[in-house]
Amino acid sequence: MMHKENYDVVVIGSGPGGLAAAIAAKKNGAEAVLIIDRDIEPGGILLQCIHNGFGMETFKQDLPGPAYAQRFIDEATQVGVDFLLDTMVLEVTRDHHIFATSKQHGFVEINAKTVVLAMGCRERSRAQIRLPGTRPAGVFTAGTAQRWVNVEGFMPGKRFVILGSGDIGMIMARRLTFEGAKVERVLEVMPYLSGLTRNYVQCLMDFDIGLQLKHTVKNIIGKNRVEAIEACAVDDKMQPIAGTEEIIPCDTLLLSVGLIPENELSRQAGVLIDPVTAGPFVDDGFQTNIPGVFSAGNVVHVYDLVDWVTEAGLTAGKSAAQLVRKGVGSDGPTIPVKAADNVRYVVPQTLHPSTLEENDIRLQMRVTRPIEKPVWVEVRSGDKLITRRGEPYARPGEMVTIALKPAQVEEIKAASELRVAIVER
Amino acid sequence: MPTITQKVICTTCPKGCTLEVTRDGETIISILNGCKRGHEYAKQELTDPRRMVASTVRIRGAVHPLMPVYTSAPFPKPRIPELLKLLRSVELSAPVKMDQPVLENVLGTGINVNASREMDEVNQ
Repeated sequence: MMHKENYDVVVIGSGPGGLAAAIAAKKNGAEAVLIIDRDIEPGGILLQCIHNGFGMETFKQDLPGPAYAQRFIDEATQVGVDFLLDTMVLEVTRDHHIFATSKQHGFVEINAKTVVLAMGCRERSRAQIRLPGTRPAGVFTAGTAQRWVNVEGFMPGKRFVILGSGDIGMIMARRLTFEGAKVERVLEVMPYLSGLTRNYVQCLMDFDIGLQLKHTVKNIIGKNRVEAIEACAVDDKMQPIAGTEEIIPCDTLLLSVGLIPENELSRQAGVLIDPVTAGPFVDDGFQTNIPGVFSAGNVVHVYDLVDWVTEAGLTAGKSAAQLVRKGVGSDGPTIPVKAADNVRYVVPQTLHPSTLEENDIRLQMRVTRPIEKPVWVEVRSGDKLITRRGEPYARPGEMVTIALKPAQVEEIKAASELRVAIVER
Repeated sequence: MPTITQKVICTTCPKGCTLEVTRDGETIISILNGCKRGHEYAKQELTDPRRMVASTVRIRGAVHPLMPVYTSAPFPKPRIPELLKLLRSVELSAPVKMDQPVLENVLGTGINVNASREMDEVNQ
């Protein structure tokens, strides 16, 4: 595990976004490419996601997480990407200096022509959702439990309640059942599922694990260890409804209540963060507001599918390599892309019409409220419709994508901004 | 025999369409909603439901104490508990290559259980 002092592209994070970025950078002409990761092996969170369901878009195959990661780890190694593992990045500066530390190398300083931030995301914790009650052992995030059960070989409890119907929570409900635990129930405060429907079928329905929508944890009971939780129904304003309380005995409460892009390093470097996505503002090449600093994957916004994280990583890596080769980024003016009716956010937030001369630009977004009827995803410049696409429904748990085509480049060049809406057909 | 209509949520892709299957005993009369792959799924789900199964087995001499494994094809759903029980008795030794068979023709199903990743031997 040797590294140099100077690199064309340094990628921070070896998850699917980082691996794809490093591979694409190499393939697009960057000579020296390094991935830095704090874990002892590359792969990121995929290594603990041992369930199937990865790679249907990329490989047309239904792979478990580690197998999906392995393909990219092998490819990165094969194309000559350097790895600096078991190393914690402390700081990235505006002018692309990277300071890191590791047991093996001590304090490390690396100069990069370009940087790709691919730190992924972190789970929302108990403190962040302000769960009332005592502070006993036995309250964990679903991903922490996943790491213990799937990688380290510990069972964190015997009788579980899961708060939040995110994918990791539902997948852990099945996994814990496989390992002999009893999952009493999954509670979801929203009136709809926050993860994918197929996970509801395969992880909860298959094992008769109940899901209660519009329910939450009102209190955690127990002194040294969780002894029970008090669940209750909530009204339309998400306030507890008196008289609906129910005590559910359990020894462990898992939280699957959302993921937050991990941008401490980005902020320190001066990268501007979109308050809605909690990730950097990016252009269509995934460049941030700092020239030469790119960002890809769940660090930008939280995706539902790893395949799209890979795709974002490939775009970011390619853009970084082009900047290294040509010395300039995407040319010409940029056009802002704004979220309009029933769209919570759109990524990228700006685009270069010059990119569109050669490639499609994909806009990815989430809706604010679910519409269980056919919808139009519309892109407009003022009142003028640039393109639209039909979808059978729109749900906040499922990302919506629309591609802008090279044929639309002239109209987009003439626009002062693009507005994206998702409306009933 | 009266016809019955059942709802099947398709898990073939992330869309998760709800299909309405009307059948007369074993004979499927109609399937509403979904695509071609979804209709195949609904037929399979009502006659012989299967699931991809992913779990772990013990491994010695590797960086972690567990090796993730998965079935090479969707596995008969009613027999999953039997499969999990069998996996608890397996112990591998590093090194293991990705897709190396851990169990072949498991429980006579013609399906293999394969390693989900590579794990090198490490000095402990």
